[in-house]
Amino acid sequence: MTSARPLDRFRSSGLLWPLVAIVALLAANAIVRPSFLALRFQDGHLYGSLVDILKNGAPTMLIALGMCLVIATRGIDLSVGAVVAISGAVTCSYIAAAPDPTSARAALVGMGMALALCAVLGLWNGFLVAALGIQPIIATLVLMTAGRGIAMLITDGQIITVRNPVFRTVGAGFLVLPVSILIAIAVFVLVAVVTRRTALGLLIESVGINPEASRLAGLRARTIRWTVYVFAAICAGVAGLMISSNVSAADANNAGLWIEMDAILAVVIGGTSLAGGRYSLTGTLLGALIIQTLTTTVYSMGIAPEITLVFKAVVVIAVCLLQAPKVRAALGRRTRRRSAQPAPDAEPGAERSEQTPTGPIVEKVTQP
Amino acid sequence: MSKKFLAVAASLALVAGLTACGGDSSASGGGADGGITMGFAQVGAESGWRTANTKSIQESAKEAGITLKFSDAQQKQENQIKAIRSYIQQKVDVIAFSPVVETGWDAVLLEAKRANVPVILTDRAVDSDDTSLYKTFLGSDFVEEGKKAGEWLVKDSQGKSEVNVVELQGTTGAAPAIDRQEGFAEAIKAAPQIKVIASQTGDFTRSGGKQVMEAFLKSNPKIDVVYAHNDDMGLGAIEAIEAAGKKPGVDIKLITVDAVRDGMQALADGKINFIVECNPLLGPQLMELAKKVVNGEQVPPRVVTEETTFTQEQAKAELPNRKY
Repeated sequence: MTSARPLDRFRSSGLLWPLVAIVALLAANAIVRPSFLALRFQDGHLYGSLVDILKNGAPTMLIALGMCLVIATRGIDLSVGAVVAISGAVTCSYIAAAPDPTSARAALVGMGMALALCAVLGLWNGFLVAALGIQPIIATLVLMTAGRGIAMLITDGQIITVRNPVFRTVGAGFLVLPVSILIAIAVFVLVAVVTRRTALGLLIESVGINPEASRLAGLRARTIRWTVYVFAAICAGVAGLMISSNVSAADANNAGLWIEMDAILAVVIGGTSLAGGRYSLTGTLLGALIIQTLTTTVYSMGIAPEITLVFKAVVVIAVCLLQAPKVRAALGRRTRRRSAQPAPDAEPGAERSEQTPTGPIVEKVTQP
Repeated sequence: MSKKFLAVAASLALVAGLTACGGDSSASGGGADGGITMGFAQVGAESGWRTANTKSIQESAKEAGITLKFSDAQQKQENQIKAIRSYIQQKVDVIAFSPVVETGWDAVLLEAKRANVPVILTDRAVDSDDTSLYKTFLGSDFVEEGKKAGEWLVKDSQGKSEVNVVELQGTTGAAPAIDRQEGFAEAIKAAPQIKVIASQTGDFTRSGGKQVMEAFLKSNPKIDVVYAHNDDMGLGAIEAIEAAGKKPGVDIKLITVDAVRDGMQALADGKINFIVECNPLLGPQLMELAKKVVNGEQVPPRVVTEETTFTQEQAKAELPNRKY
């Protein structure tokens, strides 16, 4: 691996095609409208389409990071969208009912309560999956269905509007860049350091490959699985704060609707296998960016709403195909003939990664 | 033995559950004392608009002396069909409901017809060839709402050489979105200087409206007017316009539909310029129709909800009375 040239290493990391997709989308936008890439300062912060992509993509990114670790343990969390709704509902209800709805204290206590509740919901998911051994897709389906109902109960079915400057900062505020993307990047760096600079990432992957063998080898498999669900729920909680803060309102019906699908898609586009055992945080981040870039592209190119979904599907299929080992093998045949020797099969871990349908992912893809 | 008992208990609980939701209706017994009993099958409680709709029906039933049996279908057609069947069995005098979806109602409506229970549709229509299955349809005319929005803009644009409009559509394929777009397009034909330069769906949500508007503001340098198919998308657009350093209502004018409380507040604050009402408070009209139908009087097959429009001045006066 160390002997491989940087370009080869990059190509085999599975990050090449997601990156190509983003660049291609941005280039297409820039051709249609050259001002797409333009940035300027507006009231002391950056303003432009690229900033919008980062700001609106931050919640998906954050949820996808949590989802990525869950998927690495061969699990899945369908309840994140419902947790998003609950998080916003709790915070806005608390702020609206506080004696001074504009105070920083109301915002902080409300957000703290929401995140604490999200952690409890994560514990519940983890309990069903890790302690009771229920299939993750079923276990989290419980909260996916019930969670939105809980959010509706909290808000009484109404959209709760709040005017709180501190709460507003989370999703709509700026420190040159949008605060939401700064939070997402901070979480990304934290996760990268904690899982890739320690053995934790390896342990998560080993649980994903075989939980029983990992347990027999002395790993606390159950605790690890439990923890990733709690982490995913907290990520979803923070994303929920961003989403409701962005519009200063809690909409229990629509906040985070189908975002679990976007998050799973981001993880898969980023090259992580749903079969577990391997994950790529950078890929996940790129995946979430692709999804948001797509959405923004649709809006700014003026693609008709009736064909929006088809357009999105075509791009997603293209990226997934490029990620598939067979397609890549066919595409890479020419280059391999030229360089002739370093067969990727010789690399350790290649046997494992060949099982993954979305292509091999190399360990330590993240170098913060 | 105990299994059988459980089954009976369960089915009893089910029936009770279907009817128990209307707990506040005065239990005077269906029709025995000459009063009218109405069975109402609501869609659910999916929005503030719907909640206001439910409250209006419950309150006006009480005022009109009509006994209301109320059920909430939680956006599921099968729940609504079950509720309607139970109303038929309870021999209510009239059934009213807002269909969750447009199709699949023929069988249960035929049962009601055979049992001689008249049916009134509210808010949403059903797609059926047999119009004898229901007496009347009470609801908003979405095309008319779009027209009212367009007409205001035509009047407002007099003497201007160019007016660029961006449209925030509702959920793609939803009847209100299609009709409000159609009505608006028809009305602005009268003024050739008005052009819709971009149109995208914001899914009737605030965050959708905000995201689409953010993109519009960057891709279209000159936007004069935003036409949003509901207040919520308009409120999202206001946030996007403010973030771009422009003044909503002044630099860019906003027209929306619905007139929910948050929207009226923004209108009174001068951030929205004109709102076309889509009235959820159709309870009084419904009770009036129900009385006529039960007494065997003729009713028109289509009754449009009484709706108005609001300017900024009218909003200031109306705001304290807005319940939803």
